[in-house]
Amino acid sequence: MIRLTVAALALCSAAPLLADTHTISPGEGAQERLQEALILAEPGDEVVLEAGRYTLSDGLSLDVDGVTLRGAGMNASILDFTNQAGSGEGLLVTSDNVTLRDFAVENAKGDGIKSKGADQIVYHALRVEWTGGPKASNGAYGIYPVEASNILVQDSYVRGASDAGIYVGQSENIIVRRNSVVENVAGIEIENSNHAEVTENLATKNTGGILVFDLPGLPKVGGGDVLVARNAVIDNNTDNFAPEGNIVASVPSGTGVMIMANTKVQVLDNALINNSTSHVMMIAYTQPYTDERFQPRPVQVEVRGNVYGSGGNAPDFAGGDVIASMMGGSLPPILTDGLHENLGRGDNVPILTLGLTEVGQPFTEAQPSLLRAAPITSTWTNDPVELPAEMEARIR
Amino acid sequence: MPLLILSAAAAALAGSITVNATVVEEAVVNDVAVMEGMPRTLSEYGFFWDAAEQNPAHNVLNYELNTPLYSDGADKLRFIYLPEGEKLGAHGEGLLEFPVGSAIIKTFTFGEGDDRRLIETRVLLHRADGWTALPYRWNEEQTDAKLALAGARIPMTRPDGEEISYRIPNKNQCKTCHSKDGEVIPIGPKARNLSGEWLAQTVSEGLLDVMPAGADALPHWDERDGAETSSLARAYLDVNCAHCHQPGGGASNSGLDLRWEQDDLAKLGIRKPPVAAGRGAGGHKVSIAPGAPDTSILVYRMSSTEAGVAMPELGRSTNDDDGIAVVRKWIEEMPAS
Repeated sequence: MIRLTVAALALCSAAPLLADTHTISPGEGAQERLQEALILAEPGDEVVLEAGRYTLSDGLSLDVDGVTLRGAGMNASILDFTNQAGSGEGLLVTSDNVTLRDFAVENAKGDGIKSKGADQIVYHALRVEWTGGPKASNGAYGIYPVEASNILVQDSYVRGASDAGIYVGQSENIIVRRNSVVENVAGIEIENSNHAEVTENLATKNTGGILVFDLPGLPKVGGGDVLVARNAVIDNNTDNFAPEGNIVASVPSGTGVMIMANTKVQVLDNALINNSTSHVMMIAYTQPYTDERFQPRPVQVEVRGNVYGSGGNAPDFAGGDVIASMMGGSLPPILTDGLHENLGRGDNVPILTLGLTEVGQPFTEAQPSLLRAAPITSTWTNDPVELPAEMEARIR
Repeated sequence: MPLLILSAAAAALAGSITVNATVVEEAVVNDVAVMEGMPRTLSEYGFFWDAAEQNPAHNVLNYELNTPLYSDGADKLRFIYLPEGEKLGAHGEGLLEFPVGSAIIKTFTFGEGDDRRLIETRVLLHRADGWTALPYRWNEEQTDAKLALAGARIPMTRPDGEEISYRIPNKNQCKTCHSKDGEVIPIGPKARNLSGEWLAQTVSEGLLDVMPAGADALPHWDERDGAETSSLARAYLDVNCAHCHQPGGGASNSGLDLRWEQDDLAKLGIRKPPVAAGRGAGGHKVSIAPGAPDTSILVYRMSSTEAGVAMPELGRSTNDDDGIAVVRKWIEEMPAS
């Protein structure tokens, strides 16, 4: 009998799949109705959020491949987690080929939207916001894809994250473009990831605009091949409001683009304006570590074609003010701790080095000076990131 | 298909014949319900000949764990269903191997004797395409439990008088914990966390192939006075945390691995900085600061009930004071240098 039924089922699933639309409206029982739709959806289906405010008591999750969750606009369909009592994030996605678009997640207790191991995910025109503005009690990450291949985050807005607005971790083949990240600790952070493009974003009023980091001791280490291009990185002078203990808690207020422990990073054609510590900062990982796979220095960084506005006038690290006054009131636009290797210098602006000679050496031992123009000792180009065409097609 | 529905109905009928506890008809589990679909009620499976009393049907075995998961202080009744003629397989100290067609059933209750209330029953069904997890919520009359795909939040008063907001997980949340490398798997019935007595008896009944090596290694939580602190703490972390905090688990990206068998101190969290803890770090710099439980993120998160801080993220709305005490003591006793 069992065998018979299994055969019957197999026949059913061989029939062509007709994509269904499941429309959810706000109001009584929204938590259960929406969650049930996300569970019962079949690959290819759309779950549509009508305009309105959805008051939610627990995190939501999606674990079906190929589902689209679509709202009526980032200011129209609002998933409100202000009264969330459980779960570590507002929405968790654990399946592949998912599209999230045109809705908002407000005041999630932990992260806003997390996708883990979710390949070919598209985040489009979303708003993830902690509506009270910068606070240490806000959730850590706004948009948080981790451990995946093929990630597209675009046309979205994130405000108030106490770690990073858009954080891509331990992933590869990534495009983050045309987003606005405002009043987060880190606007955009690419961490322990490879082959990423961060382009045409506006990062403003964060503590640090765009961070490219690698950390030891994680399942995936060795981040690199990252392009940071054509972004507007402006006024990232918000006091660091990250809870202590997290790596971004050490990011100085007034950081434009920061590169730590990565290989092959290009910073090209950005507008870098009024970041009061440094527009472009390169440092080695500062903490002790035992991970033998880990490469702690910024290696092969190219900084070229950027527009530099005012900045460096209020450096937020110990001794920074002294160095600034030595230099006539502000730091030069580019800062290195001196531990970089093979810096490709394309812009004709001064570079300050702190003159450290060993990884882990404290900043108090800095021997600041202007870096003498070093010739580029090798050249490279990052291959452009190409996502499967069907990912781009989904949001056309 | 109509034939199937008929047979399912017949099986459900068969399961409900057992009206009187003194004269017991042989209740038989409905294999069709185990193998496919999403049965709307728990009674459709026929796992019990008396549901309210939780008396198991034919081929449904009762088992217990040495160290259990904390679930807001709920008592748990655990059962394994094996289809006629099938048996479990031993895999050293690890998870028992379950044949396709088997099921694991866990009922959460509060109170004792006549005051006992059944809150929910979670089932794990081993189907042809893998394991499926489904949650069922008991009705007020305590006669049956209904599928709660989207989960539920139940305000209730615990027997000790504490008001709690008990959470029945939704189907996806079942998987959040019961997942390794994207597949749903059981967590509890590992040989190392099952009593030697139970395993030996199951072997003697022909329901387990051999006595597993490394069985019964975890301490018995209910008899923990006098047990070695590190053994208790490591068992607690294995059972309560390691389903996510292990390679391939839901929290693999944290790099924290709290499994019983992990002996790399950094992976266990000792002096390990957080990765994505956010405010969950509580201002502390490492998961475990030897000698200093008060500055260990692990203890901070175990001691919170706030979403976004509390660990585990799912499955509890109250703190497990006994578990916290054991883990604190373990960290306190670690040499600070």
